[in-house]
Amino acid sequence: MQFELLINAIIAGLLLGGLYAAVTVGVSISFGILDIVNIAHPAFIILGSYIAYIVNQTLGVDPILTAIIVLPAFYALGAVVYQVYYASFEKRGQDPLRGLAFFFGLLFVTEVMLILVFGVDYRYVQAPYIDYTLHFGFVDLPLRMLIPCVLSLLMLLLLQLYLSRTFTGRAIMAVSQDQLALQLMAADPIKIKRIAFGISIATASLAGAFLIVIQPLEPSVGREYIGRVFAICVLGGLQSLPGTVIAAMLLGIVESITATFYGPSWAPAVAFGMLLLTLAFRPAGLLGR
Amino acid sequence: MRSFLFYLFSILVGAAFFLFARWVGNDYLFFAGYTVLQFIVLATAWNILGGYCGYVNFGSAAFFAAGAYSSVALHKLAAGIDKIFPESLAGLMNMILPLPIPILIVIGGIVSGVIGLGTGYLTLRLRGAFFAIATLALAVVLQTLIVNWDFVGGSRGAYIIRPNDIPILGSYIQYLFLVMLVLSVIAIATARIIERSRLGYGFATIRDDELAAEACGVPTLRLKLIATTISGALMGMAGAPFPYYIGYLEPSSAFGLAYAVNSIAMPMIGGTTSWVGPLVGALLLGIIQQVATVTISSAVNLLIVGLLLVGFVIVAPKGIVGLVQDFMRARASDQGRPTWRSRLAIFANMRPGAR
Repeated sequence: MQFELLINAIIAGLLLGGLYAAVTVGVSISFGILDIVNIAHPAFIILGSYIAYIVNQTLGVDPILTAIIVLPAFYALGAVVYQVYYASFEKRGQDPLRGLAFFFGLLFVTEVMLILVFGVDYRYVQAPYIDYTLHFGFVDLPLRMLIPCVLSLLMLLLLQLYLSRTFTGRAIMAVSQDQLALQLMAADPIKIKRIAFGISIATASLAGAFLIVIQPLEPSVGREYIGRVFAICVLGGLQSLPGTVIAAMLLGIVESITATFYGPSWAPAVAFGMLLLTLAFRPAGLLGR
Repeated sequence: MRSFLFYLFSILVGAAFFLFARWVGNDYLFFAGYTVLQFIVLATAWNILGGYCGYVNFGSAAFFAAGAYSSVALHKLAAGIDKIFPESLAGLMNMILPLPIPILIVIGGIVSGVIGLGTGYLTLRLRGAFFAIATLALAVVLQTLIVNWDFVGGSRGAYIIRPNDIPILGSYIQYLFLVMLVLSVIAIATARIIERSRLGYGFATIRDDELAAEACGVPTLRLKLIATTISGALMGMAGAPFPYYIGYLEPSSAFGLAYAVNSIAMPMIGGTTSWVGPLVGALLLGIIQQVATVTISSAVNLLIVGLLLVGFVIVAPKGIVGLVQDFMRARASDQGRPTWRSRLAIFANMRPGAR
């Protein structure tokens, strides 16, 4: 019995890890690659969730399909946010303090606006696969976890291919290392960063839809994800997408086991504890040198 | 002489406000004033690390709540003396507990100071952004610990029944107000002393260029640890009387994002480079929020703070104080403005035994 519980906890953790990977990948791009500490990312994710929720409630469209449709809008939002960030902070020279405060303010404003519009009730979506669970022996695979997990891994795979195979993708990887060299390759670093930041916010749309498929949520849920996201990002070695997936799965498993055996009220501390320990003892991450 | 005048002036202003509020005779004025004063302490404390050293702390709520919950724990200890201690000790403990608020403030300060030192020690060797994220993490870890700690009420929260009256002053809220008034004068004086001391110049070199400061022999890690400890301790001190003020404390209100946002927004809006900034910001935002809470709603006042924060960081990076300084400087010449190099020189010259 104990063994079956453990296996189920590990599988639930792996599925949860899939979601965490989708939630984190945006930060891996903005914080890991571009060195922009976008702590407002979870707020954009919750925004994505609420858009999926509204469309689902009014038109009955599948939340994940909605997310794919609004991807360009999120990309544009990201490009605009980067442009503001660039004009007010990067161009004036290095002042990370104000940049951080800017994103913190964005996080806060988004959350309070959502609270003002929707209140603090938990919201959920409807889709045919949400109440369906696959059984293999004693192993349970709820579709509402499995589908986001598979799609999220697919998204990361596509992003990884994009970053490693295309010219723009490689330019994104290069932009944080050497802007001058990038300019010599006839690429505009500001434009490359804008594209990359746009992509990172675009992933928030999908991650938001996955999130609301998996669990009902209210505006301040995003805050719980700040620590998780950065824990995974740091643990995964900041700019490596495979590292992000491994770290996300690891955190998912540890959290799921903690929740199963010690009670869910301890689960939030796991991510943050892991983050503090990683920062203290292995700041380069699991795959770092 | 200037310092003496400064202390005299701040005590006079505080006393004048206290007497005015007593003369009006409305207890609400004390309740609202307490909140504003509390924000002055929080903003000043945040600024010692954030403004002087340039390290952003998102976990103000954690330090604040650590102070508040250390008071709750001691209060519960006093209430349950007979159950917890053996009979021989119970008599002794009954004489010590319940502790008066000034002592609770000192204890809260020590608890939060130690937490600040620990967090700083774990993360300050890394880039600034990591410290910021770690402080966010700290808030959630502490909140989870408190939620799971039944002795202080867990997630249900804890009731603190405060005495109605206090000798000499009369109502208890006036006493709390006075305590907070003294605390805010202490906080501002601390910030002002640091600013003009060798420590402050060391902090400023870290803020301007940490790598160069390190290379010039400034002991950056030690200075940063001192800053986190002082800043954390002051936040804990602000939190310690809070349970007695609010009467009912539960984790999600003690760790509320409002504290974190306000203690960042107030110095940022006021100006981060001197002790005047947080004071101006806290007075302005604190009063706006009190008015907005009464007239509109508390969700809207948080929105105002958020929008002001974003607006000010983009448009006026030096805050209100910076705007005023620029205005004054537009008339006077630009001579005599401290540069990074001159600050480093002052830091080196103020070394004990340098002269």
